[in-house]
Amino acid sequence: MSAELYDRAIVETAKASAEAQRLSAPDVTVEEDNPLCGDRIALDLAMADGRIAAVGHRTRGCLLTRAAAVVLARRAPGADPAELRSAIASLRDLLEGRNGPPAWPELSMFEPVRAVRSRHDCVLLPFRALEEALDRLEER
Amino acid sequence: MSRARASELAPPNAAPRLDLAGLKGEFPIFEAQGPRFHYLDNAATGQICRAAAAALVDFETRARANVKRGVYRLADEATQAFEEARARIAAYLGAREAREVVITSGTTHALNIAAHTLCARLRPGDEILLSLAEHHANIVPWQLAAARVGAVIRAIPLDAEARLDLDRLTDLVSRKTKVIAVTHCSNVTGALTDLGRIREAAQAVGALFVVDGAQRAPHGPLDVQAMGCDLYALSGHKLFGATGAGALWIRAELAEELPPFLGGGEMIRRVTIERTSFAPAPHRFEAGTPPIGPALAMGAAAAWLAGLDWQAIHAHELALTERLLAGLRAIRGVRPIGPEGLQARAPLVSFVVEGVHPHDVCQLLDMRGVCTRGGHHCAQPLHEALGLEASVRASIALYNEAEDVDALLEGLEDVVRRLA
Repeated sequence: MSAELYDRAIVETAKASAEAQRLSAPDVTVEEDNPLCGDRIALDLAMADGRIAAVGHRTRGCLLTRAAAVVLARRAPGADPAELRSAIASLRDLLEGRNGPPAWPELSMFEPVRAVRSRHDCVLLPFRALEEALDRLEER
Repeated sequence: MSRARASELAPPNAAPRLDLAGLKGEFPIFEAQGPRFHYLDNAATGQICRAAAAALVDFETRARANVKRGVYRLADEATQAFEEARARIAAYLGAREAREVVITSGTTHALNIAAHTLCARLRPGDEILLSLAEHHANIVPWQLAAARVGAVIRAIPLDAEARLDLDRLTDLVSRKTKVIAVTHCSNVTGALTDLGRIREAAQAVGALFVVDGAQRAPHGPLDVQAMGCDLYALSGHKLFGATGAGALWIRAELAEELPPFLGGGEMIRRVTIERTSFAPAPHRFEAGTPPIGPALAMGAAAAWLAGLDWQAIHAHELALTERLLAGLRAIRGVRPIGPEGLQARAPLVSFVVEGVHPHDVCQLLDMRGVCTRGGHHCAQPLHEALGLEASVRASIALYNEAEDVDALLEGLEDVVRRLA
């Protein structure tokens, strides 16, 4: 099972996190930590017309966290908050083994993580940051 | 029984013979898990020995009753067994009297008692000296307690080997220093602390001296009197007992002066609706029903450990540590952290694999049945001081074999091939 966590899709996706950039003028920035290991993501969102215009991030973490951050940064632009919350929920469902396919097909690469409960938080860290960012935007 | 002190954890000149198969047979988990099980996470928790498991099961299934309350036969026997466990732990610690040992839920609970009860005597501006090598359990309770009284936390920095830089003691210890609380053995680097130098510094200014012994205790009987500390904390589950029990040794004269931490249960002498007077130590620190079964298991483990040949075990543990250090250094991209040699160190080694996250290392090692710990090991200030976010830790216990170390090293070579 552990070997499946490190298949080509996850490893290659995670590598792309090295190219990630922060936004110079975000509408909201959230920092989120994984207290288990000290991993951290700083996530920036820029909004336009009620949708995500751009995503920036700096992610310090394991392959799973970095791969999840890359998927988020690729798929979030153009989505509205409701679509993003739906994606977050579908990722949680995927990890818990509930419901159908995830909202974003790329999230399927994290299916092998389902069986390794201690690593769920690694995948969820960027999405917890996203959730917090959306909450803050709504509070304004 | 050989009484071990920190100085005895030096490299041996000659390795006495050790019946490793017999020793390993005293731990049921190895039979249950089979041969492809290489447990190297002993710094997180040790495996339970047969003596401890038997004591736990016997109490819970044949002899269970609450302690210090009932007068019927079963309750009286439970109380006697509980006090016998206390005495066994006291003997393992080299305590003068059993009443110096407070039964806790573990080291964290023990250090919370220490911090709360000692800080009650502090005034604003008084100083508490910790070190950058501490486990969070020996940092956070002091921060909480210091905030209540306006005390100031200071920390001993690390030297080039990530040991406590004790040359800085003269700068850091003054008449303002009321408590010095340090680890006996780092849970990240395995470095043993030179307690004698700290004792001298503490005594020079009348500061109380607290030692976190969680990582040192599983490597042989102790002598708290020779250490010269005032309080010593340890865990039962790291001592090959059950989870849920630990102990805090408090020097007898001091214990009688200190206020309780938690209230309720048998820690009282008399209660009126207006006020309470408290039982003498150790009971005043044992509010509520204690972890009776785990305490009995801890006592059984301590008694069993005390009867082992620790000269042979030290030689064995350090030989494995040497094999591990040499193997790690031979793998490109793998870098051990902490002391380079075997002098004044316990058998645990943390390391980083350049370019690979510790959790990914541990996950791939798990494929080979190698159990290690990745992360900050509840020691974020230490990692920050070393410029790291996290590391991988392999921690050895008396039952480990060369095959365990070799499985780890082979697994690391695979990790480097795949991910580095």
